[in-house]
Amino acid sequence: MRSALRATLAATALALAAGCASVPGAPADSAVPMTGSVPVNPVDPWERWNRKVFAFNEAIDEAVVEPVARAWRDHVPQMLRTGVSNFFGNIADIWSTANHFLQGKVGSGMEMGMRVLTNTLFGLGGILDPATEMRMPRRSEDFGQTLGVWGLPAGPYVVLPLLGPSSVRDAVGVPLDRYAEAPSVYLDLNVYASSALQLVSVRAELLATTRLVGEVALDKYSFVRDAYLARRRDLVFDGAPPLETFQDDFEDDPPPAKAN
Amino acid sequence: MIRKLLATTLVGMGLALMPLAPALAQATPEAFVAKISAEVLDAVKADPALQSGNIQKIIELVDAKVMPSVNFEVMTRSAVGPQWRHATAEQRAKLQAEFKSLLVRVYSGALTEIKDQTVQITKTLPVPQSTQVVVQSEVRGKGEPIKLDYRLDKYSDVWKIIDVNVGGIWLVTSYRSQFAPELGKGGIDGLISTLAERNKAAAAGKS
Repeated sequence: MRSALRATLAATALALAAGCASVPGAPADSAVPMTGSVPVNPVDPWERWNRKVFAFNEAIDEAVVEPVARAWRDHVPQMLRTGVSNFFGNIADIWSTANHFLQGKVGSGMEMGMRVLTNTLFGLGGILDPATEMRMPRRSEDFGQTLGVWGLPAGPYVVLPLLGPSSVRDAVGVPLDRYAEAPSVYLDLNVYASSALQLVSVRAELLATTRLVGEVALDKYSFVRDAYLARRRDLVFDGAPPLETFQDDFEDDPPPAKAN
Repeated sequence: MIRKLLATTLVGMGLALMPLAPALAQATPEAFVAKISAEVLDAVKADPALQSGNIQKIIELVDAKVMPSVNFEVMTRSAVGPQWRHATAEQRAKLQAEFKSLLVRVYSGALTEIKDQTVQITKTLPVPQSTQVVVQSEVRGKGEPIKLDYRLDKYSDVWKIIDVNVGGIWLVTSYRSQFAPELGKGGIDGLISTLAERNKAAAAGKS
C-alpha cells in the first residue's frame, strides 16, 4: 500500500521535474552496477542523472544567476536589499503559517500569523521586520515538510533542473510552494519580474555559503546532497530528529608502529 | 616539516591547557556550552578582523577558545572510520592537522555571519547507552533562528565536544561520507593528499 503510494508519487514528481521523465526511468534496473566502483547509494539511486542536472544547474548559476546576485549585493544599498528580502519573506510567511496549521501546530501557526500581521501592518507591508524584534522569529514551513509530518517518506533524492536539490516528496510540494510564495498571487505584480527579483534576492543571501561549500567539500555534489537530506529530515522533526549513534569504535589500537 | 611542527605545537598547546581542564570538570554540559559560545561570540563581536574572515586571527581564536574544549582526535577518527585503525601515528597527526584546517575554514564562514546574535541553550538530551549528551542551542539574530547542537562526551571527567550540528547537519557525519570515497580510492594517504590540496586551493583563493 505504502509502496504503491510511493511509486505513484515518484512518477508524479518525475513528470513534474520538467520533462526529464524519460531518463530517470533507468534506476529501476539499478542492479546494473554504476560506473566502476561507485556503489548505488540507497538514498540516491538516480545519482548518475542527478549529477548531470547538478552540473547543469551549477553552469547556469555560474553563468547567470550568481553574477547577477553578486552585482545586486555589491551595487544595491543594504537597506534596499533588506527591504526586498523582508518583503518576499513576509509573503512566504503567509504560506508558512498555513503549513503550521496543516501540520497541526496551532500555537506556532498563530505566532506566525501574528508575525505576518505585525509586519504587514507595522512594517510597511512587510518591508520592515518589526516582528523579529518583538520576539516573533520566522519559523518557516513548506509543503514538503507538511507531507513529511503527515508521514510521507522523503523517497529518493532528486536534483530538479533550475530548482536544485530536492527529494521525491519535496518535489511534490515545490510547485505549490512556488505558487504560494510568489507575491503576484496576492498583489498585482508582474509575475516574471517579481520572480526574478525574488531569485536574485535569495541567491545574494547565499553567496557566502555557496562559496564556502565549494571550498570545504571534497565532492560538492554529495556534500550538498547529504546536507540537504539531513537538513530536511531535521526540519520535518522540527529540530528534534531521533539521535543517531556516533560511530567511533575504531579507536585506540595503537598505530601499527612502522611495521614492514 | 611545517606540518609536523604544527602538530607538535598543537600537542604542546594541548598540554599547556591541561591545568585548566579540571576547572571545567564540574560544569554541567549546558554551562560548558554556554561558556564557549559566549566566549566566541564576545571575541568575534569585539574584533572586526574576525568578522571579516581573517584566517590567521580565526586560527588563533580557534586554538585559544575552541580546541581546548574539543576532542579533535575523536572527531577525526570518527570521520575517517575503520581505516583509522591502520593509520600510523604520523598519518593520524597529518589527518588531524588537515581536517582541522578544513574545519577552520567552515568555522570562519560561520563567524563572518555573526553580528548581533545571541545563543540560547534550549535542551540537553542524554544519548542512550553512552556517556554522551547532546546540548541543543539556538542562535537568534535577524533572520530565522539557526539550530546549533553539540555532541559532548566525558573524557576523564571533562566534557569535550565531539560533533557539532548546524541547522540539522552533523559535521563529522557529513565528512565521514565525504571521506569514504577518497579512502576507497587512495587509502589514508590518498585522503591526506586530497585534504592538503583542498586546503591549499582554498588558501590561495582567499588571498
